[in-house]
Amino acid sequence: MSHLEHDPHYTGALDHREDHAPGDAPQESAGHWVRNYLLGLAFATALTIASFWAATTNMIWAPAVPVAIVVFAVAQMGVHLVFFLHITTGPDNTNNVLALAFGILVVFLIFAGSIWIMDHLNANMMPMDQMMQMQR
Amino acid sequence: MTDLSTFSTSREALLRRREEPVGHDPHAPREAVPGSGHGASGPASKRVIVGYGFWIFLLSDIVMFSCFFAAYAVLQGATAGGPSARDIVDLPRVGVETGALLLSSFTCGLSFAATNVRNKLWTQAFLAITALLGLIFVGLELQEFIELAMAGATPQRSAFLTAFYTLVGCHGLHVSVGGLWLATMMAQLQVKGFRPEIVHRLICFNLFWHALDIVWVGVFSIVYLMGATA
Repeated sequence: MSHLEHDPHYTGALDHREDHAPGDAPQESAGHWVRNYLLGLAFATALTIASFWAATTNMIWAPAVPVAIVVFAVAQMGVHLVFFLHITTGPDNTNNVLALAFGILVVFLIFAGSIWIMDHLNANMMPMDQMMQMQR
Repeated sequence: MTDLSTFSTSREALLRRREEPVGHDPHAPREAVPGSGHGASGPASKRVIVGYGFWIFLLSDIVMFSCFFAAYAVLQGATAGGPSARDIVDLPRVGVETGALLLSSFTCGLSFAATNVRNKLWTQAFLAITALLGLIFVGLELQEFIELAMAGATPQRSAFLTAFYTLVGCHGLHVSVGGLWLATMMAQLQVKGFRPEIVHRLICFNLFWHALDIVWVGVFSIVYLMGATA
């Protein structure tokens, strides 16, 4: 701390140049944050282990394994968003959630749309030997 | 000083709102809080605006990643007689990489908790641990790429491998550049202390690092786990 006090710009935890709400006071205990991150780490670790388990076990019916992996992945992304990025449904979070929803829509369109279109293209493609015939 | 009692909320809740850029407070009051940018409360604080702007950038970055994911999903079967996903996946290494990145995301969050109580020593310590874990991740990924290239599985071999290297490599590049940013922030924090702009940059770095972990969840699920079971 002594080092900081020699910094001419350091005027205590809340700098007067820092934008903040009137009546805002400087510090808050770190406990709220640490608890949040610990919860996030616990959930994320459990989901990671679950998806690695799903990929290596014989206990799940083989065609269901990719579904399980996707479910665990989506769940873990949700855990990261809530506990690490602090995206919530709170009224102070509307803008963040709206932006996220639009992002998810675009990601879905690109990802699912590409797979859908390219799959149909593949299915309707002329077989390679016929293609070679045409090029002669 | 505003009389806080008019906002029918705890002082701690008010503080938390200011501290969290992409803020959250499930029990937040319905009334507009000064600096929150809601209602007649005036413009949002710079901290909120900076965090929101960076959030928009991160979403655009994730949209870019979704293009690489789509390309990978489409080209997964185009192995041209070369190695398939099943042949190149080394699950134990991916497990260690995943653990390192997840832990680094956690320690990065702890560094932000220390930033919030303006504790320079712990902020720097957790940032250093984050950097170390990030370095382990990038090192393991480089090792993987080198081993694959030695075995002849280079990006030129097949469309599948091109898509694989592009997707995984792009994420690795993000982590590497994030590591440079992290080192820069440690130096800036050491020299300049917790000035507002430094705290804003630390917020943005935190968001960036967490977003990288979200992308990695997609990578290890779609590329590695599904590749190993396909």
